[in-house]
Amino acid sequence: MASRFKEALESGKFVITSEVAPPKGTNLDKLMHHIDLLKDKVDAINVTDHQSSVMRFPSLGGCLAIKEKGGEAIMQMTCRDRNRLALEADLLFAYSRGIGNVLCLTGDAVPVGDHKEAKGVFDLDSLQLLKTVRQLASGQDLGGNKLEGAVDFCAGAIVTPEANPIEPQLIKFEKKVEAGAEFFQTQAIYDLENFTKFMKYARSFKTRILAGIVLLSSARMAKFMTENVPGIFVPQSLIDELSGVPKERMLAKGIEIAGRTIAALKKNNVCDGVHIMAIGKEEVVPEILAAAGL
Amino acid sequence: MKSITRQKKMEEIQQGLKGLDRVFVIGCGTCTTMTKTGGIDQVEEMKGRLQQMGKSVTGGMVIPTACDDVTEASLKENEPYIRIADCILSMSCALGIHRMSLYLGKPVIPAVDTLFIGVEESPGYFREACAQCGQCLLGDTAGICPITACHKGLVNGPCGGTNNGKCEVDKEKDCAWTLIYNRLKAQGRLELMRQYQPPRNHHIALKPRAIRIQ
Repeated sequence: MASRFKEALESGKFVITSEVAPPKGTNLDKLMHHIDLLKDKVDAINVTDHQSSVMRFPSLGGCLAIKEKGGEAIMQMTCRDRNRLALEADLLFAYSRGIGNVLCLTGDAVPVGDHKEAKGVFDLDSLQLLKTVRQLASGQDLGGNKLEGAVDFCAGAIVTPEANPIEPQLIKFEKKVEAGAEFFQTQAIYDLENFTKFMKYARSFKTRILAGIVLLSSARMAKFMTENVPGIFVPQSLIDELSGVPKERMLAKGIEIAGRTIAALKKNNVCDGVHIMAIGKEEVVPEILAAAGL
Repeated sequence: MKSITRQKKMEEIQQGLKGLDRVFVIGCGTCTTMTKTGGIDQVEEMKGRLQQMGKSVTGGMVIPTACDDVTEASLKENEPYIRIADCILSMSCALGIHRMSLYLGKPVIPAVDTLFIGVEESPGYFREACAQCGQCLLGDTAGICPITACHKGLVNGPCGGTNNGKCEVDKEKDCAWTLIYNRLKAQGRLELMRQYQPPRNHHIALKPRAIRIQ
């Protein structure tokens, strides 16, 4: 049976996803609060998988919490921490518990996180993980053995439209489409002109693209991201716009920028939807949606 | 091709020699001489430092190539001085330690860590070029090994951490897949990058790996 998120993708509507980050520890209060806040306002909620290689409560656990609350979850799955047996097993488990969507990622490098001496596994990569999801759906595991009960995930991947150089990134994007990626959630985009150019190219492929919207909560954060985060470019005009308001109004300005970006993408039919990442400020996602007129 | 080593911190060497008061020091005339981690000068310097540490140094030598079978004869030549020692302190790479441990029954304590097998790309600059995976991909990747040169060992193209041709783990390190892309493009063979590379077989040769040449 198709997941609710897959139905939304296929309906042709402007799809909205957002994401929550599990806690470091077992206190789920904040996570639950964020799920309550988002579950009826977006088409699906991603749960990050040890984002930035920082050990946390697992993505699968967060997805089950969303499911229990009647929401729609997208399980983020990286190849950093599990070999192919463990990834396959977690896919089987997730599917058996009603998780119908998976985002296949390579995963950040171990040394950028908080367990710097851990072994980075990378037995599979994001592309091979997508293929694995398809193989499990065909009723076989990666060893070629028959499964008692297959999976039927809506599987997606990521792409970085601002990567430099862009060509190697696009080759991988095309390989992911061929591997059966039904949707893409992009790295944060701010330069609409460049993103529109990317979408002209991406539209020729049979997949859905949700533009990544990362909330700029301050001018400092915007400057940091553009200088340090791979694949993110924040135009100087946006940094200036944030710098131009008093400190206490910067978050509101960031919400306004995110809202108007989403509204422009929707109005001009640039892409198939958006993926909103508020990174620690999940409580303002409803305000971003309101600012976008959604 | 060289076995690249780095000397351990003196505190760690001292810890390794705990309870072993009489020490015979052995360096190697090949790789550790080249990398200045276990040649004649370093062995002499180590002997001095061991004496400062209160150890009794029974002797020292540099074996021409510590990992080959001449090591047995070299040890025999110095047998009286090794016999009276509590241990050998090795300033050769791990391959040499393996060889030294076969004879005379003395414990061999490493003074250096073996980091990787490197090629000398420019004078004095050694770089790891091969991870000895047993399934050579270099024909598809323009002679740049992604298993070795990509931090994550990715075989299907760059990850999202690539930034202006550099790697997310270190801004000084090149992104392997940008290098591969550039070279394949120059060779007019970009279609190789478009092909799907299946998951690797991590047991091409079962560990511990060995081979007998007939």
